[in-house]
Amino acid sequence: MTRAGKTTLFRVLLIGPALLAITAFMIVPLGLMAYISFRGRDYSGGVLWDQFSVEAYIRLFFERQLDDTLALNFNYMLIILRSVWLSFVTMVVSLLVGLPVAMFMATRDRKWKAVLVFMVTLPFWTNLLVRNYAWILLLRDHGTINSLLLWLGVISEPLPLLHNEFAVAVGLTYSFLPFMVLPIYSSLEKIDLRLVEASFDLYATRWQTIRRVILPLAFPGIVAGCVLVFVPALGAYITPELLGGGKTLMIGNLIGFQFGGARNWPFGAALGLFLLVLVLGSLSLYARRYRGELEGSR
Amino acid sequence: MTRHNRVGRHTAKLLMASAMTLAAWSGVARAEGELHLYNWSNYFAPELLERFEQETGTKVTVDNYASEDDLLAKLQAGGGGYDVIFPGATTLGVMVEKGLLAKIEVSQMENFKNLLPAFTTIAGDENREYSAPYMWGTTGFTYDPAMVPGGKLEESWKELFEPRDELKGKIAMLNEVSDVWNAAAYYTGIDKCTEDPAEAQQILDLLMAQKPDVRLYSNDGTIDRMVAGEVAAHMQWNGAAHRVKEKKPDAVYVYPKEGTSFWTDVIAVPKDAPNLEAAKTFVNWMMSPEIAAIASNYTGYSNAVSGSGEFLREDLKADPAVNTPEDYNDRLRAFKACSPASKDLREKVWTKLKS
Repeated sequence: MTRAGKTTLFRVLLIGPALLAITAFMIVPLGLMAYISFRGRDYSGGVLWDQFSVEAYIRLFFERQLDDTLALNFNYMLIILRSVWLSFVTMVVSLLVGLPVAMFMATRDRKWKAVLVFMVTLPFWTNLLVRNYAWILLLRDHGTINSLLLWLGVISEPLPLLHNEFAVAVGLTYSFLPFMVLPIYSSLEKIDLRLVEASFDLYATRWQTIRRVILPLAFPGIVAGCVLVFVPALGAYITPELLGGGKTLMIGNLIGFQFGGARNWPFGAALGLFLLVLVLGSLSLYARRYRGELEGSR
Repeated sequence: MTRHNRVGRHTAKLLMASAMTLAAWSGVARAEGELHLYNWSNYFAPELLERFEQETGTKVTVDNYASEDDLLAKLQAGGGGYDVIFPGATTLGVMVEKGLLAKIEVSQMENFKNLLPAFTTIAGDENREYSAPYMWGTTGFTYDPAMVPGGKLEESWKELFEPRDELKGKIAMLNEVSDVWNAAAYYTGIDKCTEDPAEAQQILDLLMAQKPDVRLYSNDGTIDRMVAGEVAAHMQWNGAAHRVKEKKPDAVYVYPKEGTSFWTDVIAVPKDAPNLEAAKTFVNWMMSPEIAAIASNYTGYSNAVSGSGEFLREDLKADPAVNTPEDYNDRLRAFKACSPASKDLREKVWTKLKS
């Protein structure tokens, strides 16, 4: 075998496993999902494989009336909008909390940094479900927070903290905060502190230094953090289920319902695909803008 | 579907069951003279496994599934080598329709005469050719007398759907479309398999008006919530109600007079069961009073075999939530297989309620 042939073979062998994994675990399942979304619905659960149908997509926006005419239906859009809104709130709060934390971490000495990073990742050692249950114990009427406030005399009736959108937002922020802190921390950590010194030498105030020097340098980390929080929050299932009290659905629960109670697999698959397109679409828009900004700053 | 959620309350248990299901895949080799059961986790008394082996010499093993969809999928894919399965009524109907079960003629079996009259037939297997009843239970509601005015509520869904002022914000509903829909249908006097949009609208109106007064919809932690006194009344499955009473003896389980759904899980045999004769022996054996009682003592749910009462655990026997008093029999409503059009309406109502 020639040397060039050998190198090519070698490359193929090296890439092979990754390619295989991506094909088997991403492309095939996604393809299957897309395929199912265009099939007929089996009312006892499952799919009529031999039947083509776009009913699932019509259902996203329209409702079939008795005489088979279509009318606009906002129920599903409302649920999707609520998911986007809650995820956005989660992202903003995570950023407001996560940025100062990351700054604090990045400016400690080496030993402290290791400890702090460890502490941020510590919650991952416990299952998400268990951590969400913990919030139930904290937020409920006879829970830690309300008991404390009652005991202090701040309130006379327990505050309605659990089983509403507030609780969902708290739970989501808590669950995904580390995903905000870590990328920002890693980009802040790489900052050359001499730049900060230089900015002080040039009589910049602290605020100016943060705004003009640190934030631009941390920007890639902030973007990564926002994406890492927003995207999984959008598909959250456990947190709204446990902390939301089942009164309001998020898109993850809506999809779950299609495969469980409603037994409408094609529609569930279509919703999943819709969510995917939504996320990919907004990410690529974001990426385009972000790229423009990078080039502009050059 | 109901079974699914009773187990769903214990997600950890469910995860364990999936792990065990995976493990089951590896056990391919099946020896002769064995009987393989396929069931929910924690839903079959280990004591009975030994007893059947002692009495018949057939060794019994159990594998667990995490959902009835798993069970159905596995059977459709070619059995998996199981001899006896324990599906719910909904899944039973699908299985009969798709020809997945062996015709074991349960109604011809010796112990069939032991069954309570209500269970000699079931939707989907009217002549009991394929299935025998295993466990059954009801969906009613539980209340805490200490938290309600006068210490007593009417035995009516009214208390939940149109709660008195003192109970507003202190009631919880199950987060289960079929249970909530059925109860609302009984209360409004509408056929639960209705295909009429106007009637569905009436149910939706009732549920929407109730929603602000509902603390939460949830199948999780219904027991803790009642014990901790977070809500005064909770729509509940009777097995859970029994466990509330263990910790709060005053609690009352109500069989609402407008109608109380009951679910049934059955014992059935897959078409290609490796050990068909032993499976038939097993099904017949499960309908004997003492055996059924041992099964109930383990699961905490009622069985359908008359004469099993004297072998029941004392606390089960004494609890009307589990040992349904006979004068409530006319309140019990069996599962009905509704048409796709009706299911569609139900799903629309649920989505509108939650959007």
